[in-house]
Amino acid sequence: MKTLLNFFEKIGNAFSSRALRLGAATRLFILILIYSADSFKRIHLTIREIYFTGVMSLIIIIVSAFFVGMVLGLQGYYTLQKYGSSEAIGVLVALALVRELGPVVTALLFAGRAGTAITAEIGLMKATEQLSAMEMMAVSPIARIIAPRFWAGVITMPILASIFSMVGVLGGYVVAVPVIGVDEGAFWSQMQANVDFRFDIINGVIKSVVFGIACTIIALFEGFDAPPTAEGVSRATTRTVVTSSLAILALDFVLTSFMISG
Amino acid sequence: MSNSIISIKDLNFGYGNHLLHKGIDMEFPRGKVSAIMGGSGSGKTTILRLIGGQIKPNSGQVEVDGTIVHKQNRDGIYRLRRKMGMLFQHGALFSDLSVFENVAFPMREHTDLPENIIKDLVLLKLNAVGLRGAAYLMPPELSGGMARRVALARAIALDPDIIMYDEPFAGLDPISMAVICDLIRSLNDALGATSIIVTHDVAETFSFADYIYFVADGVVAAEGSPKQLMASKLPFVKQFIHAEKDGPVPFHYNAPSIKEDLDL
Repeated sequence: MKTLLNFFEKIGNAFSSRALRLGAATRLFILILIYSADSFKRIHLTIREIYFTGVMSLIIIIVSAFFVGMVLGLQGYYTLQKYGSSEAIGVLVALALVRELGPVVTALLFAGRAGTAITAEIGLMKATEQLSAMEMMAVSPIARIIAPRFWAGVITMPILASIFSMVGVLGGYVVAVPVIGVDEGAFWSQMQANVDFRFDIINGVIKSVVFGIACTIIALFEGFDAPPTAEGVSRATTRTVVTSSLAILALDFVLTSFMISG
Repeated sequence: MSNSIISIKDLNFGYGNHLLHKGIDMEFPRGKVSAIMGGSGSGKTTILRLIGGQIKPNSGQVEVDGTIVHKQNRDGIYRLRRKMGMLFQHGALFSDLSVFENVAFPMREHTDLPENIIKDLVLLKLNAVGLRGAAYLMPPELSGGMARRVALARAIALDPDIIMYDEPFAGLDPISMAVICDLIRSLNDALGATSIIVTHDVAETFSFADYIYFVADGVVAAEGSPKQLMASKLPFVKQFIHAEKDGPVPFHYNAPSIKEDLDL
């Protein structure tokens, strides 16, 4: 009986601690929205963060996109040629990138590169009492530290996803046209004819904005909530990657369902 | 004591069922340097956090310049904090800003002063702590003592009425310690401020503080001027001042008898 009670107690504790953390993350999100006006008055802070999260992520985004595009080109060609429609390779590469791979892979790379950096930075600021010092100087850390990083993440993600898709298409082109020998005109014209601006491109942008909100808020919350110790910051950084990755994949399914059915 | 800028009355504070403070009363007179001393974990720093409104008491009150801190909303607490400067244990300098920008930070946030005035003020503050020459260094380039002095310059950037110091001597070499002692006293007198120091360094604190509170077991165990406390016969004060290993603060942490633990 005691073992059974312990079992239920553990389940209850695990559930309630997660519910509390979800509530705290939601509260942080609301506070960020409230303090955003204050934050925008010092727009240079957001621009500086766009540089750190966006510009500094460009290399990994561009290199990854090029390889993903080349792999898509190869895999797509060998599948499509069985059905005699290898000219459709351009459409396949573009749709795969714009609808799915662009937003999803960019968000996963963003979580690994910029998300972890945000969590570690804020966790260390907390551990070294920099956030407390700011509070004691009557300066809100939400307005000064958190909100600029949030908006930088939200603005950066769709731009990075667009760059990813663009470079990915170029990667696909390099493999399909000069290497395999698919007709260049067919590659581009089929793509232009079959990629819809509203249904494909805008939906991809919507996805990347949602992923940007999710990834950045997770990274910020984990840093802000991290125990102020080396172990606490390290665990928070790991949780940022795990939670962000799962959130991206789950949100992708939900958003795709709505987009296809709507 | 009269003319207090900070008054703590019947303060009770704790985490969960564990009460850290059990009815503490303290007065901090204007223009004086007061110290709060006690063992590690006795809740000294928590008193500073209660004065700064970072946490709320379970009962009792903390009054700063006639305003009850925990009854203020966020804006009220921020207004109170503009009268305060705080030096954190390890300085808590913003690691992405230079020494100059760290000191300029409160001025940029709370005033509309032109850049040339900010520059002059920052250099004057840094000069007061002897680090004008380090204005353009980054925090990782500073020694522990230098970081503490820069943090002190930042704490006095807006000429606060109250300056709070959390363990200002921790981890410092004797020269840096003497410099910090001298700065605390001289800046307090020059600015006409009130200083509160949380520490357990007896020799340094007794050399310059005006009044000292000893906190133990959640209450004020003793209080008085350094001279009065030096002459105190209270066992706790004697043990603390003379760094005796055993006494009212036991050497052993609470535990069952050793016979029981070793199954003898």
